[in-house]
Amino acid sequence: MNMANVISPSTVDALIKFGIDVAIILLKIVIVLAIGLLHVAYATYFERKVIGHMQVRLGPMRVGPHGLLQPFADGIKLFFKEDIIPAQADKVVFYIAPIIFMAAAMVNLSVIPFDANFVIADINVGLLFIFAMAGIGVYGIFISGWASNSKYAFMGGLRSSAQVISYEIAMGLSLVGVMMMAGSLNLSDIIRAQGESIFGMYAIPQFIGFIVFVIAAVAETNRTPFDLPEAESELVAGYFTEYSSFRFALFFLGEYIAMILMASLCTICFLGGWTLPWYVLKIFPFLSYVPGVVWFVLKVYAFFFFYYWIRATVPRYRYDQFMAIGWKILIPVAIGNILLTGLVKIILKEVL
Amino acid sequence: MVSIGFFIYFAFAIVVLSLLVVTRKNPVHSVLWMLLLFFHIAGLYLFLNAEFMAAIQVIVYAGGILVLFLFVVLLMNLREELSIGKYTTFGPTGFTFALGLFVAVSMSLSSFIAAPPGKYSIDLIKQETHIKALGKLLYTEFIYPFEVASLILLVAMIGAIVLAKRRLKS
Amino acid sequence: MPGTYLPTEYLPVLIFILVAEAFGFGALLIGVVFRPKKPYPEKLMPYESGINPKGEPRTRFAIRFYIIAMLFVVFDVEAIFIYPWAIVFDKIGIFAFIEMVIFILILLIGYIYAWKKEAFVWD
Repeated sequence: MNMANVISPSTVDALIKFGIDVAIILLKIVIVLAIGLLHVAYATYFERKVIGHMQVRLGPMRVGPHGLLQPFADGIKLFFKEDIIPAQADKVVFYIAPIIFMAAAMVNLSVIPFDANFVIADINVGLLFIFAMAGIGVYGIFISGWASNSKYAFMGGLRSSAQVISYEIAMGLSLVGVMMMAGSLNLSDIIRAQGESIFGMYAIPQFIGFIVFVIAAVAETNRTPFDLPEAESELVAGYFTEYSSFRFALFFLGEYIAMILMASLCTICFLGGWTLPWYVLKIFPFLSYVPGVVWFVLKVYAFFFFYYWIRATVPRYRYDQFMAIGWKILIPVAIGNILLTGLVKIILKEVL
Repeated sequence: MVSIGFFIYFAFAIVVLSLLVVTRKNPVHSVLWMLLLFFHIAGLYLFLNAEFMAAIQVIVYAGGILVLFLFVVLLMNLREELSIGKYTTFGPTGFTFALGLFVAVSMSLSSFIAAPPGKYSIDLIKQETHIKALGKLLYTEFIYPFEVASLILLVAMIGAIVLAKRRLKS
Repeated sequence: MPGTYLPTEYLPVLIFILVAEAFGFGALLIGVVFRPKKPYPEKLMPYESGINPKGEPRTRFAIRFYIIAMLFVVFDVEAIFIYPWAIVFDKIGIFAFIEMVIFILILLIGYIYAWKKEAFVWD
């Protein structure tokens, strides 16, 4: 077999094309990651400001004008702090636990459609991919609690992971109504179906599913009022008690990326993603010139504001109370929503 | 050509990872290697044009069953077991059994005859997406296995609670 | 023909996974260069509100966690069966809807059993 057969012009062409594809994908990934991480950094700033103002105080004000450079100060501090690994901790597992947690949250960013033709990976099982990565995040939580070799961290990790898996079922079932109405698991298809449907947003016909999803999303990301495993007064800092410096930052990053993800999932499935409902476009026709990604970001930030609002307002649930909510209330309600949606669809099909 | 290359990587990795899973002394390390193993199996499903199966593999196996394993492994106090040198006594029995199993598996694999390709070619599934093709068959032609599956799940649920409650009382 | 199918739309996902892992490892490794490293035994002890930690760090477990994990697996599989049904709901007719109702009712029996046996109650 001489070389001319192996390295033919067509294989070289294919390789070049492949290389260009990979380069474009990498560019998209870098853009999404850079913007995503910037949003995460400013989400922490936004949160401290919002909660501060709700508590009639100012929040961060010192670093930069109105405290705008605060996230960078925090990041730099965490980067340079000493990295303490507690005695007798399992070093390898301790090392990779925060990476598993953060990577599981980050990878979801690849399937989210930010605009009509900007998705890094347009896969047909997009929704299931997000569920799968939520399940993998549990490992990061649990393993970090165990590897720290400390009672508090271990109990915190155990309770946190039990909480996350309990609400995962409710989250999945609440989205089944959306799947039924859109007829697809592809996230871009779901958005387009909302754009074409008569309601404009699935939050209107699926309001039961919407409420269940929002509650489950808050519980999945371990936020108040469901953050007892992290509660400072009870378990120090829960499963990441023993983590210092950048490992802590990785967990923190993972948690906020998970928040962005839940907010994005909510806007995609229930609020219409990058589309605007037809009735809004009829009243303000000039809005159709605004790129869809602007609406997407606005809706995501509205959801963030909701996250911060309830954190500032609602007291924490006791652990047994919110496990009871997840299993005894949310699951039957979500299943009821599924059956109701099915029934309504059948009746409408028979009648029309 | 490319898919054959990927298949070779997946097959090799799965064998190596399985060996790693069974030979680790620390059970948490075993579970983590198994997690990686499940991702490779999901990758295999992807290359067989079964993306829904790949998603299920990760959601149910890696995200559910393996988490259950992890709970059980971590909630048992395992300090004593980590110092045992050998778990079983190997020797003639173990080896003959393994050899017999290997012979049986290779004989069954070599007598494998591929069925004639049915209606669902790669193009049809790509056009219709794997989930829809699966759904259309599962809830119409294969309704009986579907309902039997629900009974199996019911038994699993009740069984787990009965066993656990008995332990709680004792 | 086997071997001619490539899941090309998953390539970005694979690359993203590698990038995310590289980001995590990279951030930690670069920090090794910059951080102070002065360990002494008191700093390394697990934190217990200032008291010296005593006792085995891994306590006896509550069997409730095991029950929750088992129930999670069962409900996860149930949800898996519901997803393709939801997607093809329009195309398979009324009979499939009734079948799914039967499926859910059978699992509801198990759920009510779990409820009665206080599997969802934590003290």
